[in-house]
Amino acid sequence: MSKKLLLEHAGVEGIRYYDAYRKNGGYASVEKAFKEMTPEAVVEEVKKSGLRGRGGAGFPTGLKWSFIAKPEGVPRHLVCNADESEPGTFKDRYLMEFIPHLLIEGLIVSSFALGSNATYIYIRGEYAWIPDILEQAIAEAKANGFLGKNILGSGFDCEIYVHRGAGAYICGEETALIESLEGKRGNPRIKPPFPAIKGAWDRPTVVNNVETLAAIVPVINMGGEAYSKIGVGRSTGTKLISACGNINKPGVYEIDMTISVEEFIFSDEYCGGMANGKKLKACIPGGSSVPILPANLLLKTAKGETRYMNYESLSDGGFATGSMMGSGGFVVLDEDQCVVKHTYTLARFYRHESCGQCSPCREGTGWMEKILKNIDTGKGKMSDIDLLWDIQGKIEGNTICPLGDAAAWPVAAAIRHFRDEFEWHVLNPEECLRRNYGLAHYADPREVAV
Amino acid sequence: MEFSEEKLKKVSEIIARYPQGKQKSALLPVLHMAQEQWGWLSTEAMDYVASLLSLEPIEVYEVATFYSMYNLKPVGKYLFEVCQTGPCMINGSDDIIAYIGERLGIKPGETTSDGLFTLKTVECLGACGYAPMMQLGKHYKEHLTKEKVDTIIEDCRKNAAVNN
Ligand SMILES: Cc1cc2nc3c(=O)[nH]c(=O)nc-3n(C[C@H](O)[C@H](O)[C@H](O)COP(=O)(O)O)c2cc1C
Ligand code: SF4
Ligand code: FES
Repeated sequence: MSKKLLLEHAGVEGIRYYDAYRKNGGYASVEKAFKEMTPEAVVEEVKKSGLRGRGGAGFPTGLKWSFIAKPEGVPRHLVCNADESEPGTFKDRYLMEFIPHLLIEGLIVSSFALGSNATYIYIRGEYAWIPDILEQAIAEAKANGFLGKNILGSGFDCEIYVHRGAGAYICGEETALIESLEGKRGNPRIKPPFPAIKGAWDRPTVVNNVETLAAIVPVINMGGEAYSKIGVGRSTGTKLISACGNINKPGVYEIDMTISVEEFIFSDEYCGGMANGKKLKACIPGGSSVPILPANLLLKTAKGETRYMNYESLSDGGFATGSMMGSGGFVVLDEDQCVVKHTYTLARFYRHESCGQCSPCREGTGWMEKILKNIDTGKGKMSDIDLLWDIQGKIEGNTICPLGDAAAWPVAAAIRHFRDEFEWHVLNPEECLRRNYGLAHYADPREVAV
Repeated sequence: MEFSEEKLKKVSEIIARYPQGKQKSALLPVLHMAQEQWGWLSTEAMDYVASLLSLEPIEVYEVATFYSMYNLKPVGKYLFEVCQTGPCMINGSDDIIAYIGERLGIKPGETTSDGLFTLKTVECLGACGYAPMMQLGKHYKEHLTKEKVDTIIEDCRKNAAVNN
């Protein structure tokens, strides 16, 4: 079932601008929060909603907000994470580009809840045309009294500033983002102290994803309890999924987290099925860092149950037979795609993006890239597969920030589920040079019993 | 090597966004301004930015070398940054990169001898659903095909001729 809370008005003419946005109910949550609620009450509603961070880790937002330190006389900051660099993920861009006021509205309410008088949007530098769109929305909100001094007579002041990054995936990690906001290299900090205690300019800081902050609007409008009833279990509310790869309709979809993976891929409402009548081979359901799943384990769990598009179901089976919701970057591979080559491009990505502070990550990502390239181009040895396995295992858990894990997991999952394809590359060096994809022997998983 | 009055005003505005005494925070935005003005970041440009923000030059160099968008050597008037990460790869980015190289007679990392075009491969730009794609200046060119690449190159050439 489709339920639209964020993209409800996405198709409305002129929704990018204030007038149309306001006519369609925009800024009601600001009026409600500032006139009828205290900051504590806003945090309480967010806790009740069960909203979980949409940036990748899925940490409960209300709980995170309640950790922010409030020392007397020290300013606090809210920072919106719009770095969106995880391969497969392009949902935040869609929100900012087409419905910028939704983010600005969510930021105003969240700033009020957290006591942030100066709130920053850290946006990846490559989205170079989007700051203008956001700044226009900010100016319109300000002209209409929703930003600036003494908002709606509440005595609360707030400004929102857009800060452009300059090309570095690692700046999506919250402490690297803070370093970058301070004008430094994006080297993640050792935690603790956590940003909620000591963040930007050593002040208490909350970093949240674009989609998380936009979702604050429906949470306040409908109330936390009503929001928590949408979805299932601990997967409350709606989630944006950016779908790409070999499907008929790549794009950004808002789902209520009760639909099955099969419905998401094959129904016309969402991905519209596989492109060119090909068969589904594999999928990375939550952005490049999460484990790739072969088609059979994607559509059904190892227990043979239907797999659903929500946090719990996608991770059912752990890393052995499951994956993760992650950022919602849904990458679909058809039967002609080569898992080895795809994994190689991801390994190259992580080597390129490692900040270089920890040796397991800096050296390990380089070795993984090199070995995968060799296997992909027919220069690999059987022992390379075990070596890869060994290297990924030595990175995981041994680094300052989770980029190391993010680089290790895709390699581990590819070997775990597609070892035969790696072996085929080693055994058929000539053939894998000629046709640069691996085995196409995967049956239509919908016919395969697990 | 200096900014105009107008740009200097913009620099002050940017500094004012951050807490007092934390003008270093303005470094990334001001480096973007410098690159927009001069096309790339020479040592001279970086030293100028350091002086504007009361920083040591090394504080600017270490930042400029960290981020992939800052050009530390001159690039062509039109910089083709083609994404090659997984989702773009499965949608044919390899062919697009090869085709652009063929059309322009250069390899990734090189600039044409007339100084018009530079070809660069980059990693995921957040447009995976509209692959294959590239960044050209401030904008994205998506759903690339050979025909589309031809048109883009043509348009750049025309644009350059008009501006000369
Ligand atoms: C390497 C790395 C990259 C990340 N990139 C992003 C990103 O682009 N956007 C994002 O919102 N969170 C990203 N995160 C997660 C953030 O560190 C942080 O958890 C998140 O912004 C918190 O927001 P949320 O609770 O609203 O999800 C990344 C984490 C890591 C380790
Ligand atoms: S894990 Fe990698 S990216 Fe993270 S701090 Fe260490 S070297 Fe840097
Ligand atoms: S992989 Fe090319 S834009 Fe994401």
